[in-house]
Amino acid sequence: MTSAASNTAATESLLRFDTVSLNFDETVALDSVSFEMCAGETRVVLGAAGSGKTTLLKIAIGLIRPDSGRVYLFDQEITGLKEAQLFDIRSKVGVLFQEGGLFDSITIAENVAYPLLNSRTHAVPLDEVEPKVREALRFVELEQTMEQFPAELSGGMRRRVGIARAVVSEPPLVLYDSPTAGLDPITATTIMALIAKERDSQDIANLIVTQRYQDGQLMANFRYNRTSGHLEPASSNGGAAGHGSDPARTVFMVMKEGRVVFEGTQHELEASQDAYIQKFVPKYS
Amino acid sequence: MEGLLDFLKPPVAGLQDFYILSGRALRNLFRGPHYADDIFIQMDAIGVGSLWIVILTGFFSGVVITMQMSRALAQYGATGQVGQIVAITLVRELGPVLTALLVAGRNASGIASELGSMKVTEQIDAMRALGTDPIQKLVTPRMIATCVMLPLLTIVADFVGLLGGYVIAYFSIGLPSSQYWTNAYQALQYNDIVQGLLKPFVFAFIISLVGCFYGLRTSGGTQGVGLATTKAVVVSSIWVFVVTSMLTRIFVNLN
Repeated sequence: MTSAASNTAATESLLRFDTVSLNFDETVALDSVSFEMCAGETRVVLGAAGSGKTTLLKIAIGLIRPDSGRVYLFDQEITGLKEAQLFDIRSKVGVLFQEGGLFDSITIAENVAYPLLNSRTHAVPLDEVEPKVREALRFVELEQTMEQFPAELSGGMRRRVGIARAVVSEPPLVLYDSPTAGLDPITATTIMALIAKERDSQDIANLIVTQRYQDGQLMANFRYNRTSGHLEPASSNGGAAGHGSDPARTVFMVMKEGRVVFEGTQHELEASQDAYIQKFVPKYS
Repeated sequence: MEGLLDFLKPPVAGLQDFYILSGRALRNLFRGPHYADDIFIQMDAIGVGSLWIVILTGFFSGVVITMQMSRALAQYGATGQVGQIVAITLVRELGPVLTALLVAGRNASGIASELGSMKVTEQIDAMRALGTDPIQKLVTPRMIATCVMLPLLTIVADFVGLLGGYVIAYFSIGLPSSQYWTNAYQALQYNDIVQGLLKPFVFAFIISLVGCFYGLRTSGGTQGVGLATTKAVVVSSIWVFVVTSMLTRIFVNLN
């Protein structure tokens, strides 16, 4: 009963694509893409370079307008909205851009404070900004870099600052654009662990666009344990820690040339016989 | 026919985009939020930053005009009138245009490369995603700052140019100070001052908006930034010449 009740509560739609298509000149960027994301869900979008993953993410927050189809963000259609109206809705979504997207002319602390100071709807009192920034940076373990500039940090550190900036205003939905692209495997795992930690400490819905299957695997199979403060395999806490611990809540989506060619659980993904989909799933010996 | 349409489409679409950007930048003047800090930073970069090169260029253009003109005027025995010529050429035309070209070279390129780099590193997208209008935050402050600073720089260039002319007139030609200055002062009419200040004001819109336009349109990585910078300088310089011809035509007819 309780699970059924929590399911109905959790079906609140955060992001919905309804047959969205977009062409860049002659090339197809997205070809009638439809899906729906609910609260507490983690959605991992896999696909080769140029398969439309980043475009999908940018359309989701109205940075690019689709040629046809509708996009709903928090049950509100954003396809026809003017830029000024979009600003309010966007402030409820955190975004990590591919290279971090940090403003390189201002310090790390100012970067992280940016969403707090520039949001039109959730104006944060000035005296609360500094503690929140400090907390967000402590979360990604970069508190000591507050007065430095983005160029002084390594690629992995910039990515972590980007995460801090994406989550500082505690949005219910966070979009990650290739969070591990161009990073070494160890740093990549650190970044994904942070994203999982963020998801499980706040019950945030995540849309993660990536080329690395391991990223999705980590999100699907590991949970951050709030009491021990470590990542643990999902099975060991038996689904007792809220939305995040239900493996079914991690949905995989595979994109190919602008189309969604697969949507389902990790298990279904690994069982798929499609050659393109199999390319993303490493074969274990 | 089809080929001609395909050929004409990009420039027309580009011009339309430019008008849209300009319209938004102007509309933001009357809308909040205003970023005063950014305006002052840009004023410092565009105005104070260009001061020395404007002074230097202004001084030497005054020097050169005086030297050339004194020789030409000597044929008519009118070397004494050189102050008048320096004043009119500088205030009406050369002051505004030279200053605008310098600022176009210095700042249209600076603006285009800065905004272009922000574009290719997704900072513009990040700005929009974080609820800030890039036009409000980046374009409007640059436009305001250029519109305030370019007329001021032009005044400086005009004055320093007259000074440069005076140095040659006094030391090289041997004109009395009072003759040079009275001559220069009396040559200027209300109309000259108006066009001398209206021109830099109009050029300021061209330089800042063309710089922002090409910056925000940048695509294709570092190479794209270089291309945007070049285009911004070339296009804004050309428009400075076109617009000064049009304005001069209007003002000449007014008299």
